Amino acid sequence: MNIQLIALAFFDGVAYAALVFMVAVGLTLIFGVMRILNVAHGSFYAIGAYFTVSVGGAIFAAGYSHWLAFPLMMVTAALVGVVIGGPIERFLLKRIYAKEDVLQLLVTFAVFMIFEDVQRLIWGAQPYFDSSALTLMGNIEVLGISYTAYQLLFLPIVAVAVLIGLRLFLRKTLAGKLVQAVTEDREMATAIGIDADKVFLITFVIGAALAGFGGALASATTSVVPGMGADMIVLSFAVAATAGLGQVEGAAVAALLIGLGRSFAVYLMPELSVLVPYLIMLAVLLLRPEGLFGKQQLRKI
Amino acid sequence: MNFKKLLQLAVPLVFAATSAFAAEKPEKLHIGITAFLSGPAAVFGVPAKAAAEMMIEDINEAGGIGGVPLSATFIDEGAGGEALLAEYRRLVQDEGVDAMFASISSGNCNKIAPLADDLKILNIMWDCGTQRIFEENDYRYVFRTQSNATPEMLSAVLYLLKTKPDFKTIAVVNQDYSWGRDSWEIFSTALKTLKPDVEVVAEFFPKFGSPDFSTEISRLLALRPDVILSTSWGGDLDTFVRQASQRGLTNNSTLVLPLAESSLERLGDALPSGQIVGTRGDHYFLHPEKLSDPAFTGFVEEFKDATGSYPIYPVYHMSQALNAFKGAYEKAMEANGGEWPDKEQVVDAMTGLTFVGLGREVTIREDGQGVEDQLLGTTVNSDDYDFATLGQIMIFDGDQITTPVGKVSADWLKALNPDFIDAVNVDTFEQ
Repeated sequence: MNIQLIALAFFDGVAYAALVFMVAVGLTLIFGVMRILNVAHGSFYAIGAYFTVSVGGAIFAAGYSHWLAFPLMMVTAALVGVVIGGPIERFLLKRIYAKEDVLQLLVTFAVFMIFEDVQRLIWGAQPYFDSSALTLMGNIEVLGISYTAYQLLFLPIVAVAVLIGLRLFLRKTLAGKLVQAVTEDREMATAIGIDADKVFLITFVIGAALAGFGGALASATTSVVPGMGADMIVLSFAVAATAGLGQVEGAAVAALLIGLGRSFAVYLMPELSVLVPYLIMLAVLLLRPEGLFGKQQLRKI
Repeated sequence: MNFKKLLQLAVPLVFAATSAFAAEKPEKLHIGITAFLSGPAAVFGVPAKAAAEMMIEDINEAGGIGGVPLSATFIDEGAGGEALLAEYRRLVQDEGVDAMFASISSGNCNKIAPLADDLKILNIMWDCGTQRIFEENDYRYVFRTQSNATPEMLSAVLYLLKTKPDFKTIAVVNQDYSWGRDSWEIFSTALKTLKPDVEVVAEFFPKFGSPDFSTEISRLLALRPDVILSTSWGGDLDTFVRQASQRGLTNNSTLVLPLAESSLERLGDALPSGQIVGTRGDHYFLHPEKLSDPAFTGFVEEFKDATGSYPIYPVYHMSQALNAFKGAYEKAMEANGGEWPDKEQVVDAMTGLTFVGLGREVTIREDGQGVEDQLLGTTVNSDDYDFATLGQIMIFDGDQITTPVGKVSADWLKALNPDFIDAVNVDTFEQ
């Protein structure tokens, strides 16, 4: 494997990791605060993709500028977060926080299954595609290989921006600090007067919006098909578990690790490429059951 | 009494005698059809179901089969193997259907074929492609009303060798499941026999339903193979072709896409000119021999109006299955002196049956396999349609490219030699 191939595999891995990170970070954020493994996260991703493609397609068919694809992605993220994520937290999840973990998992899984059918009702079984955003940005030649600027530059930049944004939000803003307080110790936070219900709602809306944003970003690069949400939830769970559930920065590192692992596998041992994310997860969890950046949990009695 | 008079008396007597064995004419013929109505393969099942409903309506308007109207019940293959088999049994044993049309997935066909023989129900494999079914087993009640993977892949190799005889290197990007693996096995076996000096430079089998082929494409851009084969379909094929054309992979490599007829319209202008496309038979909405046939063009238009899309190969496969079913009843009735046949007589009539769907004639061999010609072409982007259409169309003679009865495809392909390329009958259409 020469230096050129290593560079190419690196670029591919980073582009892939950026997309996976967008979804996994929302999943891990929600888990960190609410201690709920939200399987319906995959639906938010898929709905974000479907919505962007179908609305975008309609807008462009009506003759509007293709640059609207970018604001549309933001709108999609906000809609998925507020219109879908918000009510689910308020009217469904809120009732089950005190219940067993297994039940919570089953409820979000049920939501996921319902959304799968809803998607099929609305969008049918045919693949959708709209790559306006990707086409607009053109291609870049690196080492004689043509890359799309969208995947090589735009996706990683957006991912880094989201990471920095989340970090600043959690560390520097009051709302973020409240979120952190609830993450650390919910009982104590409630005792000193923090409205945990509100924090949960905000967290869930942000997490869902990130998944929707991930779907919107992905929609420019891939066919939007039934079942895309299921694939993504499995992969982002692998990322979140590798990182340690609840670790925002860890999710970025784990996504990068898994993205690079996968792309190097395609170059060296294509047969293994599907397994690589899970092999990495397995290796990490064997050595550190709490994940790369996870903290040992103290059990309260 | 002379001989002629004797005959005049005897013939009706003979018919009267046989008619005693005739089954009672039912009020309706009920068939069960399995198709993917959910999951990724719904890209095939949903149009096929729409087609079946339209065609059954047409058949019934024209008087049904021997005066008996047809009705169909659909089973979703997407529900999974166990559910499919349970539903299959229910339709046969509880509902008493007259025949089953199953299925799209080769895996499902493998499971259903022995079940159909157990249940003694006529089963028309209306879409699945695995060549193994009739090569590894004998079935009395199972028939395939179209070609299988071997002629489909072999014709793609032949088309490639006829249009691009000098290529040196090839890579493959197939879905990681039985079809992706098996089709590459057949394709590469045929290719190595017919052009031994070709080098395979990369073999990729990305996960089924993979949303991203960027890494594979980077690798292919660096390797620059002359030809890239992909037998993928549905969303996988769409994504691969779009990502490949966005990054200029087709500038140096020719794509060979044996199933891309089913993606042409969805791909729009993303599929550049000059790529080789197969149709799993002679299935094409601009079939050069059918353009003057009002029944064909009328159906294409009717289908486009009803569903918003042009018919794709599962639609043609459905027309073949329905026409074979109708043809078998009519043949059995004729053999039965015009009386309604029983189910065993209909099964007997399937062997050797010749019928026409929305393409050329298809014949069912004694092993149950249909012999169908293969249409391939090269993409052309013109102003007539907002998606690529096929030029340089070739139709290969199904007889010569289908594995002979009693032989196994892998052995038969290995026994071919490069002279075969010129020996095969082919009709070429310059458009």
